[in-house]
Amino acid sequence: MYPQSMQESIKRLDATRDARIKQGKIPLLGPEPKKELLHGFHPDYIQSSMRALSVGPNKGDQTPHEIADVLEAWPLADASRFDPAHPKFDVDVLVIGAGGAGVSAALVAAEHGAKVLTVTKLRIGDANTMMAQGGIQAADKANDSPERHYLDVLGGGHFKNVPELARALVSDAPGVIEWLEELGVMFDKEADGTMMTIHGGGTSRKRMHAARDYTGAEIMRTLRDEFRNRQLELVEYCVAVELLTDEKGACTGAAFVNLETQEHFTIRAKTTIIATGGCGRLHVQGFPCTNHYGATADGLVLAYRAGAKLGFIDTIQYHPTGAAYPEQIFGLLITEKVRGVGAHLVNAEGNRFIYELESRDVTASAIIRECKGRNLGVTTPTGRFGVWLDTPLIEVLKGPGAVKKNLPAMYHQYERFGIYMDKEPILTYPTQHYQNGGIIIKDSGETGVKNLYAAGEVAGGIHGRNRLMGNSLLDILVFGKRAGSAAAEAAKLVTLDGSGFKHVTAFESELKAASVPTERRSPMLLPEYRRDEFKTPLPFAALGCE
Amino acid sequence: MAERSQKSEARSKKAEVTDTKKPDSSSLITIYFMGQAYQVPKDLTIMKAMEYAGFRFIRGCGCRGGFCGACGTVFRTKDSYKLKVGLACQTVVEDGMYLTQIPFYPANKKDYDIAKEPANTQVLVRFYPEVMRCIACNSCTKICPQDIDVMGYINAAIRGDIAKVADMSFDCIMCGLCASRCPAEIVHYNVGLLARRLYGAKVAPKSPHLAERMKEIKAGKFEPGLDKLCKMDEKELSVLFYDPKTRDVEP
Repeated sequence: MYPQSMQESIKRLDATRDARIKQGKIPLLGPEPKKELLHGFHPDYIQSSMRALSVGPNKGDQTPHEIADVLEAWPLADASRFDPAHPKFDVDVLVIGAGGAGVSAALVAAEHGAKVLTVTKLRIGDANTMMAQGGIQAADKANDSPERHYLDVLGGGHFKNVPELARALVSDAPGVIEWLEELGVMFDKEADGTMMTIHGGGTSRKRMHAARDYTGAEIMRTLRDEFRNRQLELVEYCVAVELLTDEKGACTGAAFVNLETQEHFTIRAKTTIIATGGCGRLHVQGFPCTNHYGATADGLVLAYRAGAKLGFIDTIQYHPTGAAYPEQIFGLLITEKVRGVGAHLVNAEGNRFIYELESRDVTASAIIRECKGRNLGVTTPTGRFGVWLDTPLIEVLKGPGAVKKNLPAMYHQYERFGIYMDKEPILTYPTQHYQNGGIIIKDSGETGVKNLYAAGEVAGGIHGRNRLMGNSLLDILVFGKRAGSAAAEAAKLVTLDGSGFKHVTAFESELKAASVPTERRSPMLLPEYRRDEFKTPLPFAALGCE
Repeated sequence: MAERSQKSEARSKKAEVTDTKKPDSSSLITIYFMGQAYQVPKDLTIMKAMEYAGFRFIRGCGCRGGFCGACGTVFRTKDSYKLKVGLACQTVVEDGMYLTQIPFYPANKKDYDIAKEPANTQVLVRFYPEVMRCIACNSCTKICPQDIDVMGYINAAIRGDIAKVADMSFDCIMCGLCASRCPAEIVHYNVGLLARRLYGAKVAPKSPHLAERMKEIKAGKFEPGLDKLCKMDEKELSVLFYDPKTRDVEP
């Protein structure tokens, strides 16, 4: 179903396939060419896309405008509508967010005997976890080791990662796979039980475990089912709009609004875990994103106001391959597994231009260079551009039927639009995918705010300046479990005394001093995709719903 | 100056993601959300068309990428009695489309301890005896937006074939549309979920290399190496990382 204009380029791609197979692997870039490529074409290096924060713990730090806009913003909700002295729920551990990190934190906290309550903005499982397709890394094969995994993680992160966090990530990885298997996650295996593992961008060993191309969905639906079986307490469609703190600044729970009824209520908790995910829906630099509808950086905002320091917030991961055609799925994720199983990246002339499994920042930059720097992209009828992913090549390399078998979700996605990726290539361009940084944590999930923990994409430091494929599903489970355990144990020692919005008042003075415009409010809660004439002014829009 | 133009270029790109570009009015079509007519551009997905029309989703919108099952939608097209389905995030609007979303379905779900349940031929029927009520009408299969042979795996569940149910139901996104159509009140997706969990935990062969690695980790085998790596600075790590002798890449 490609228009004629694009089919010309497909012919060139078909014509070069045999030669490209013979060409073999393109050498990996050394440190210097890599640096040059990143500085020239990676969106993180566009200085005008950032500004220094004028308030809060990271005052002075360069931050993308879109993230700065929610951090340097006035509270969305009216504090006077909450009564922290009379909480609706009183628990040991409060988990905010019910994606992979939140649910695993809740499961583990409950195992430690804590009274746990999980509250989420949308449904349990509505998270980027559900959308992660490609896989989860773990060094569990004889030719691999956690040390090797560590080196890959650090190299991918440009050696800026917090060592204790990267160490926790790689050390816990095989245990996480074992845990998931016990819960019934169906990993792809050989008949003798050997895990079928492949490379991801930046890996030196094939350690990407997958459940077809539904890896995140398979993990999330299993964890969610386990959560329900254990009858853990859950509140859905209620969004955290502020944290609560005591006189000394320790976290004592959070304030919520029910998105459907507008009820305002508070929850008192001895310890609180923020697991609210990333910021894709802020659309940094106007990029489309692969993220869930709820990925609006709410947790970052709440923790920041309470005094938690953020790290690496100036680095966003652009997934090299978002869909560039057809228009209806523009920006959606084309899993790295497509390249993992052998598809080449090919420009309009039919030529390769980068080793397909460089780390994501490098590959994305190379695609941007091909389109913007060298004018060798393929143009779509709506004026977008991209490069080909030669998916029919997978059938040549792995045998007929390999595309459908390895990439059923992707195949289905394109089939809906009359594109058969076992016979035709697909067009891709980088898309905003992941928040590399976040709230700085310790390896227990503790943040800089007492009794406040963070896990998952909202946390930062683990991946340094760039995350490798398959380390995010791993991260959410490693740090979800660690935070669940640490928060449950810490709760045993906490005696609550008073609770309020003192930190918010203090933050407001900073906002005032920095002359932040009062109409700028956050957290965002939900993205706004309606036409301008429908956008509602405050205060209705303040609660994200009408 | 260059900086400013880059910035405004970045900002102007917002239009790409919000789909709020003023459409060519000749391309507008009429669709009906729960009976109410709206004019929307013809190339949008149902989800983007609803947003164009002025709706802001709370329910009925999730991953926007076809994985989460939040936006199951039932519709008819002009002059047809046939009910069709699709995910609102994946289905393109058609002129005269009559639609409603089914964002939630009150499904029957049993609690179980997966560690304690045997993966035998009776277990699926024991938890979900209503599968035996299947009248083979095939409504579930016909409505599945994932093109899963739903009735086929319910048949396999009746036979107690856990592996088959697990395999056939694998692409399920639990949108609930099958259950909404079932005259026997089966909740197909929960049957599939139980089968997959039993398969993953009990039927699939164990990985010897994973068990071996767990033993090594418990014995502290990698601790000295990690101690050393954690103390290295950027320069030392960089040398190890870029030297094929210390970090060779598996072909």
